[in-house]
Amino acid sequence: MARRVTLRLGFEGGLRDVVVTIPDDEPAPWQWGEKFSVVGVDTPRLDGPLKAAGRAPYTYDIQLPGMLHGAILRSPYPHARIRSVDLGVARRLDGVRAALDRSGAAVRFAGQEVAAVAAVTLEIARDALRLVKVDYAPMPFVTAMEDAMRPDAPAVFESGANVGAPHINEIGNVAAGFETAAASVDAVYTTPVQTHVSLETHGAVASWNGDELTVWCSTQGIFGVRDDLAVHFSLPPENVRVITAYLGGGFGSKFGAGHEVIIAAELARMARAPVKLMLSRAEEHVATGNRPCSQQHVRIGAARDGALTAIELEQHGSGGIGGGSGSAVPYLALYRCPNLRTRERNVYINAGPASPMRAPGWPQGCFALELAIDELARKLNLDRLEMRRRNNPSPVRALEYDIGARAFGWDQRARAPKARGPIRRGVGVASAAWHGIGASGPQAQCVAFRDGRVAVRIGTQDVGTGTRTIIAMVAAEELGVPLQSVTAEIGDTRYLFSLPSGGSMTAPSTTPAVRQAAAHLKGKLLRLAAPALGAAPEDLVISDGVVRVRAEPDRAIEFADLCRRIPGDSLAADGEHVPNYGGYSTAQAGCQFAGVEVDIETGIVRVTDFVAVHDAGVIVDPLTARSQVNGGIIMGVGFALFEDRLIDPQTGLMVNPTMDDYKLPGVLDTPEIRAYFVEVANGITNTGVLGMGEAVHVAATAAIGCAVADAIGAPVRDLPLTPDRVLAAIGGV
Amino acid sequence: MKQFAVVAPADLASATRMLAEPNRSALAGGVDLLDMLKQELAAPAELVNLKALGGLDRIESVPGGVLRIGPLVTLNQLAAAPAVRERHPALADSAAQAATPQVRNLATVGGNLAQRPRCWYFRNPDIVCLKKGGTKCYAVAGLNRYHAILGGGPSFIVHPSNLAPALIACDASLALNGPDGERKIAVGDFFTSPKVDPRRENVLKPGEIIAAIEVPAPPTGARSAYLEAREKQSFDWPLAAAVAILALNRAGEVVHARIVMGAVAPIPWRAPSAEKILLGAKLDRALADRAAEAALAGAAPLAHNAYKIPIARAMVRRAILRAGGVADEPA
Ligand SMILES: Cc1cc2nc3c(=O)[nH]c(=O)nc-3n(C[C@H](O)[C@H](O)[C@H](O)COP(=O)(O)OP(=O)(O)OC[C@H]3O[C@@H](n4cnc5c(N)ncnc54)[C@H](O)[C@@H]3O)c2cc1C
Ligand code: SF4
Repeated sequence: MARRVTLRLGFEGGLRDVVVTIPDDEPAPWQWGEKFSVVGVDTPRLDGPLKAAGRAPYTYDIQLPGMLHGAILRSPYPHARIRSVDLGVARRLDGVRAALDRSGAAVRFAGQEVAAVAAVTLEIARDALRLVKVDYAPMPFVTAMEDAMRPDAPAVFESGANVGAPHINEIGNVAAGFETAAASVDAVYTTPVQTHVSLETHGAVASWNGDELTVWCSTQGIFGVRDDLAVHFSLPPENVRVITAYLGGGFGSKFGAGHEVIIAAELARMARAPVKLMLSRAEEHVATGNRPCSQQHVRIGAARDGALTAIELEQHGSGGIGGGSGSAVPYLALYRCPNLRTRERNVYINAGPASPMRAPGWPQGCFALELAIDELARKLNLDRLEMRRRNNPSPVRALEYDIGARAFGWDQRARAPKARGPIRRGVGVASAAWHGIGASGPQAQCVAFRDGRVAVRIGTQDVGTGTRTIIAMVAAEELGVPLQSVTAEIGDTRYLFSLPSGGSMTAPSTTPAVRQAAAHLKGKLLRLAAPALGAAPEDLVISDGVVRVRAEPDRAIEFADLCRRIPGDSLAADGEHVPNYGGYSTAQAGCQFAGVEVDIETGIVRVTDFVAVHDAGVIVDPLTARSQVNGGIIMGVGFALFEDRLIDPQTGLMVNPTMDDYKLPGVLDTPEIRAYFVEVANGITNTGVLGMGEAVHVAATAAIGCAVADAIGAPVRDLPLTPDRVLAAIGGV
Repeated sequence: MKQFAVVAPADLASATRMLAEPNRSALAGGVDLLDMLKQELAAPAELVNLKALGGLDRIESVPGGVLRIGPLVTLNQLAAAPAVRERHPALADSAAQAATPQVRNLATVGGNLAQRPRCWYFRNPDIVCLKKGGTKCYAVAGLNRYHAILGGGPSFIVHPSNLAPALIACDASLALNGPDGERKIAVGDFFTSPKVDPRRENVLKPGEIIAAIEVPAPPTGARSAYLEAREKQSFDWPLAAAVAILALNRAGEVVHARIVMGAVAPIPWRAPSAEKILLGAKLDRALADRAAEAALAGAAPLAHNAYKIPIARAMVRRAILRAGGVADEPA
C-alpha cells in the first residue's frame, strides 16, 4: 500500500537525500530541480481580465429575482444596557418585509449589532432603521488600553477584570542572563489597532428554498460558513450551500458566518425572499475585526560579541471585547536566546472584537523586538545585520541575509555618512519566519470532458492570492496539457472539501490534492489510450497535449482525440492531500531590507525601496508569488506609517472609519520592491509548495521602523511613525 | 441617503432662483456633495445641477491680463491650462497636488471653494458638534491632530481648499451671482471665521453661487510657489500648505510679497507679518527663516497638533525660497 521514495531535500549548498514513505496512489513528489512546463512560468491570473472588466461576480454583484436589501442597526453607545427594542414602527414602513431584534442585554462597543431590517430597497431599509426605537441605558466605558488597565477603570464585562491572566513562556534563567550581558536595552514599544480594510466588505446574499439555504458570501472559508449556518438553523450541513466565486480580500477577518451572514439568512427566512446584506465601509471598520494593539515592555541583553543572553517581554494587548492579542511568538522563534521570559496579557476595552489578521501577533512582536535589537547593536557598536547573523538559528536565513545584503547594498548603505540637508536616509533589516506548510483535509476532483477540456473542482476560495490560477497550473502540469484547456472551479461547497484560506495554507494544502486528482485522472486516461496506441498504460506519457508511447514518440494521439473516446460525457478522478510526510523542515525563514527618507523638518517618512528574501518551495506562479511579496510589504508600509484605528475618548466612536481618514498606502507611498526566493525542497507533500502570504508580511513594518531610527539617529518606538512622533524623536536627540 | 431630485436650470438666473428656495443645494462635480448625502450630513430635497448651465467650464483671458475662470472648470483643467501654468504656477500646483487624478477630473473650482470641512467629528453622522448646531466642539478635548493651530475657536476646523490660499495670494476675486444680482468680493473676504458663525465657512447667501473666479495679472517679475506637506503622498490632505508670491528688484530686494497658508486655520490664513518682514529686505535664507517664524508666531496649538507648527514653518520658508529663486542650503 505504501512505497518508499528518495527525496533530495534542503536548499542550494545544503542538499541531502532522505527516504520517505508515501502511499501507492500518490504521485512521486516533485523533486529539487524538477523540469516543469507550466509550473514556474510567469502566468497572469486567469481571472484577471474578468476582474479588470468588472465581470467577475463578487458577492456584491449577486442579484436574484425578488431580492430584498438588509441593513443593520448598530449601537451608537460604546457601553449600554438595552432596556427595550421596539420594531413596530419600522416594520410598518412601506416596503419593509422583515425586522428582527439582535440585541442582548447589553452592548459593549459602538457599532455592535442591535436590530436589522429587510426592505425592497436599501434606502427604505436604512429609513426603517431610523424608526427602530431602542431604549439604551448608557454605562461608563473605556476605549484606551492604558485606561482600561487602571484599577478604577470601568469594567467592560461585569463578570470579570479588564486585564486577563498572563500567558507565560519561560526558558532558562532570565535574571542570570542579564547578569552576563555586556549591554542591555529596556524600552516600551507600542503598536496601534489596525483594521483589515478588505476592498470588498463583509456580507452575503441568502436565499431559502424550503429548508435548503443557499448563501453567496464574501468569505475565506465556505465550509466554515456552511457549518455555522447549519448549526444556527439546525439543518444538516448538506442543506446549506455556500458560494464564493470571487472574493475581494479577507486577511483573516472572514472566517465563519459573521453576524451579517446570520442576519441575512434570518431576514430571508422571515421575509420568504432572498436578502442581500453587504456592510458599509464604516461598519467594516468598527465591527468585522481588527489586529489588536500592543504595548510591549522589552528588556534585552547581549554579550560583547552580540550573542543574546536574555530577553524579557511584558506585553499587554487589546482586541477590544475580544482576545487573541498576544505578540510574543517572534521573541520565541526569530533568534537564539538561552534565557527568555514572555508574559502576555489581554486587556478588554469597549471596542469591536479582534479577528486574525495576516500573521497574527507577528508584525507587532517583530516591530518591538527588531527595534530593540537595533538599539542593542548600537550600544555594542555592532553592525545591525551582523548582530542578527550572530543570533540567527536558521541556515536558510543565513543564506538569505547574504543574498539580501548584496542586492540591497547593505554594507555601503548602512555605513554611508548622513546627508546634511533636511532629507535623511536610513536603512533597516528585519527577519521573518512562518510555517506555510499547509495541512491535510483538502480533496479535489479533476474531470476531462469529451471536447478535451479539463476542469479542476475544489471547495477552496481565492482570497486574491491567485489560488484559481495556480490550481489550474498544477493540474495542467500533471496532465501534460496546455493551461488554456484547464478551468479551475472553486468557491462552492458542492465541490469537495477544502480548508479555509488562511494561515498561508491554501497553496500548500490544495495543490497536493489537485495534483493527486490530476494524476489519478491521467491514470484513467492512459488506460483509455493504451488499446488505441497498442501499448501498456505505464509506457505512455502526456506532454504538450499529446499522448505518446515513451519509447516511440511517433506513436501518439492528441489529448483532445483521446478525450473523444471517453464513454459518456466525462471522466473524473478524485485526489486528496496526503498527511505531510515529514521532511527537511517545517519552518520558513526570510528577511527584508528597507530604505527610507525622512524629512527632518516635517517628520514625514517615505519608504524608498525594499529587498525581500524568502524561502519558497516550488513556486507555481512567480508572478503571484511576487504579488504576495508586494502586498505583504505594502500592508507593512501602512502599519508602519499610517494606519491607526482612532476612537474618540468622549463618545467612544471611531473617528476615522472611512478610506479617507483611515490612511492606507497609495501608489506614491509604495516603495520599489525587489523579491528574491530561495528554493527550499522541504519534502512535505507531492508538490513541495510553501505558502507565502504571511512570511512576506511579518518583517516589513519592523524593517521600516529600524530604517527610520537609522535615518534620524533615534528610535520612534510607537507606531504609526507619524510626523508628530518623528519630530518628537528628533527633538529628543 | 434621503431621496432627492436633480433639477436642471435653464440659465443662471433660474438657477439662483431655485437655490434661494429652502432645502436646495448646488451640484457641481458632486465629489463633496455626494459624500455629504451618503453620510446623511446633508439632506436637500433638490440638487440644482450647475452642469446644465453652459459656458461655466472655461478659462478665458480678458483684456488687462485677467484670467476669468468658470466655476465648473475642473482641478485638472486648471492645473494643465497653459495660461495658468505660465502666469500663476502656484495656483496650478495647488490644483495639481489636491486629491487624486480621478477626483481632480470631477472636482470643480467652485465646489473646491465651497466644500465642507473634513473634521472627523463633523463627518461622523452620530456626532452633533457645534458646526452641526450642537453645543460643543469635540475637537477641543478630543482627537485633534489635524485641526487648526491658528485662528481656531469656537470651531477648530482647517479649511480644506487647496486652491483658496493660492487664489488669495494671487489677489483673485469672486463674482457671486444671487437672486439680487451679482456682487464681487476678494477671495480673502469670501471665507468667514467660526467666531462669526461656527456653522458656516463662507459668506454665500441663500441662492448665491460662485459664477466666476477672476485672477488679475501678476505684478511684473513676480514668481510663485505652492508647497504642501502630506503624511501620505497619494490620496491625502495636507498637514500644512504655503503659497508665496514674490517679486524682487534688481538688488534682490522684495518689492511684492504674498504669504498665505492652507490647512492651518478655519480659513485660508494670510500672514501679513511675514509679508512685512520680506518687503524691502534682501531675500536670503535668514530672511526666509524670520518670515516663516513670524507667520507661525501666533500659533495656539491644541493637545495633539503642535507638530503642525514646524511643518507649516518649513512649508512657508521653502515656498519663499523657491519663489525667490534662492537655494535651500543644507540644514
Ligand atoms: C479623496 C479626496 C481627497 C481630496 N483632497 C483634496 C485636497 O488635497 N485639497 C483640496 O483642496 N481638496 C481635496 N478634495 C476635495 C475636492 O477637491 C472637493 O470635494 C471638490 O473640489 C468639490 O468640487 P465639486 O465640483 O465636486 O463640488 P460639489 O461636491 O458638487 O459641491 C461641493 C459644495 O460646493 C457647493 N458648490 C459647488 N459649486 C458651487 C458654486 N459654483 N457656487 C456655490 N456653491 C457651489 C455645493 O453646493 C456643495 O455644497 C479631496 C476630495 C477627495 C474625495
Ligand atoms: S472643529 Fe468644528 S466641525 Fe470639528 S468638532 Fe469642532 S465644531 Fe465640529
